[in-house]
Amino acid sequence: MPSHLLGTDAFQETDVIGISMTVTKWNYQVTKAEDIPEAIAKAFYIAQSGRPGPVLVDITKDAQFGELDFQYKKCHQVRSYIPKTPVEESKTDQAAALINQAKKPFLVFGQGIILSGAEKELKTFVEKTGIPCAWTIMGLSALSTDHPLNMGMLGMHGNYGPNKLTNQCDVLIAVGMRFDDRVTGNTKTYAKQAKVIHLEIDPAEVDKNIKADLAVIGDAKESLRQLIEKVAPNEHQSWVDEFKEYEKIEKDKIVNRELFPLKEGLTMGEVVRRVNEVTEGEAIVVTDVGQHQMIACRYAAFQNSRSNITSGGLGTMGFCLPAAMGAKLAVPAKHVVAFMGDGGAQMNIQELGTIFQTQAAVKIVILNNGFLGMVRQWQQLFFDKRYAFTEMINPDFVAVAKGFGIPGQRVETRQSLDTAIREMIEHDGPYLLEVATEKEDNVFPMIPSGASVDDIRLE
Amino acid sequence: MKRFTIIIFTENQIGLLNRVTTLFTQRHINIESLTVSESEEHGIHRFTVVIEEEEEKVKKVAKQIQKQVEVIKAEYHTDEEIIFQEIALYKIPMRFNNGQAAGLEGLIRQHHARILAVEEGIMTIEKTGHKEDTEALLEKMRPFGVLEFVRSGRVAITRSQNQLSEHLEVMDAQSKNISNN
Repeated sequence: MPSHLLGTDAFQETDVIGISMTVTKWNYQVTKAEDIPEAIAKAFYIAQSGRPGPVLVDITKDAQFGELDFQYKKCHQVRSYIPKTPVEESKTDQAAALINQAKKPFLVFGQGIILSGAEKELKTFVEKTGIPCAWTIMGLSALSTDHPLNMGMLGMHGNYGPNKLTNQCDVLIAVGMRFDDRVTGNTKTYAKQAKVIHLEIDPAEVDKNIKADLAVIGDAKESLRQLIEKVAPNEHQSWVDEFKEYEKIEKDKIVNRELFPLKEGLTMGEVVRRVNEVTEGEAIVVTDVGQHQMIACRYAAFQNSRSNITSGGLGTMGFCLPAAMGAKLAVPAKHVVAFMGDGGAQMNIQELGTIFQTQAAVKIVILNNGFLGMVRQWQQLFFDKRYAFTEMINPDFVAVAKGFGIPGQRVETRQSLDTAIREMIEHDGPYLLEVATEKEDNVFPMIPSGASVDDIRLE
Repeated sequence: MKRFTIIIFTENQIGLLNRVTTLFTQRHINIESLTVSESEEHGIHRFTVVIEEEEEKVKKVAKQIQKQVEVIKAEYHTDEEIIFQEIALYKIPMRFNNGQAAGLEGLIRQHHARILAVEEGIMTIEKTGHKEDTEALLEKMRPFGVLEFVRSGRVAITRSQNQLSEHLEVMDAQSKNISNN
């Protein structure tokens, strides 16, 4: 739209700046061609620095059509914006002192590790101190799944031990995570017994959900580097064993049934496990939102950081398909497997057209249970099974994909699952695999909404 | 619940007011008064926002405001930490006898108000002070038939020695420092 028509409700006018304000880190409207280079430079600087976030530059039509003497100067500074503050040595001194005298320390980490590139530092830190750790789903893959101190996933559908023991540790070290409500459950009963150390780049996250006894503001990598120097080598074997005890219980009651089911119907877990085995944990796993997402995050095994892509706390259904395409275009050499439910698949299904156009070799796995499964699970558990608007009448996904020139198949039995997964992975190009899973399986463990982390239920 | 004044310094950018007020809306905080004007530093705007809230919540909102890219500084204060004023205007019809006129004159004197304008049978009176003071005068004036009453948002000056220009220098150095790393 030309700038002189702004605010007149002209043809296709939308107040893009207004509607994008609350979902962007920064946004800006450019109405003159000569302002474009500076705005774009600033946009990239803001989006990538500090705690990264989306930015939006809205360029009016007359600015797009205008001419200018082009000169691109990279932006290095915005006066009012301090992306990160240097880590104060005195804070890491205090943190190290707390950690060194802790008997049952527990480290929880989030995406901050990945964003600051602190994977090595995290590993060195936990190995030096012997501190068991667990991750939020945005932190997943920052530490390899099989690391002996990786105790698993936090939160509503996380692992049994990490949730139970959050309420038994004496020092809780939170790194690059924001205590999302899906992680904490009821904040009034969250880790009350523990001294909380919060390593965080964004001061607005400190004390927002959980009060920190000690806040170390700054980049996670720098904070961890300082801490590694200051902490004493240690091990906490009996404390780690407590996690292992819970792990055993969880394995018996949940994990084995999910990964190696004895019943006839297919589980989402066994599909994830098989894909994982075929790709040898080297694939990039992209998920949508819901049951399949929780199952994939719980059971996918990772060797490399930045291998798990999901919308996390935003919980954006429809995210998976375009995100997977982006991942494949960014890292063409890797297998990109997009796990989605039948509900989420239809929320951005037109992206099959873009996949067809770009030939991005995304491996699409639709775990089809014929329901908006997570909502159905809640309706079953908390609303006496009064299912409302959760059952899906689905299209023939394989036929839809075929229409977009993407080959695929539907699998309904365990016998044909393995071959189908191999065919999908080995196929040179995009592929869609639809797996009919058990219709009414639930994801466990589960912390019911509003309950404490240690009220986590196994059934 | 307590009354707090949030003082925010920002770059002069279109839409920033919206970004700031949205943070109050999201947390369902009612803004009692809001004043925006240029500060002593050219090109830097100063917002004065008055709200009634628990301190915990105010602290969090102030941090979220501070986090906005074009916000230079956001801080909150209790009434004790600041010197503040509001300005009120009263419009009354000039229909009174000598006795009433004397009464009005007395009121204006007592309340340290002043007459701004007298024209076409209408008198406009101004009073500066705290909300309770301008409110009190309003009640006293009612018998004279108040035609219009308006009160501005609060403007406030902190009691501390901190200067915006110094803060700007520190910020400038910090934001440069980062880009050099």
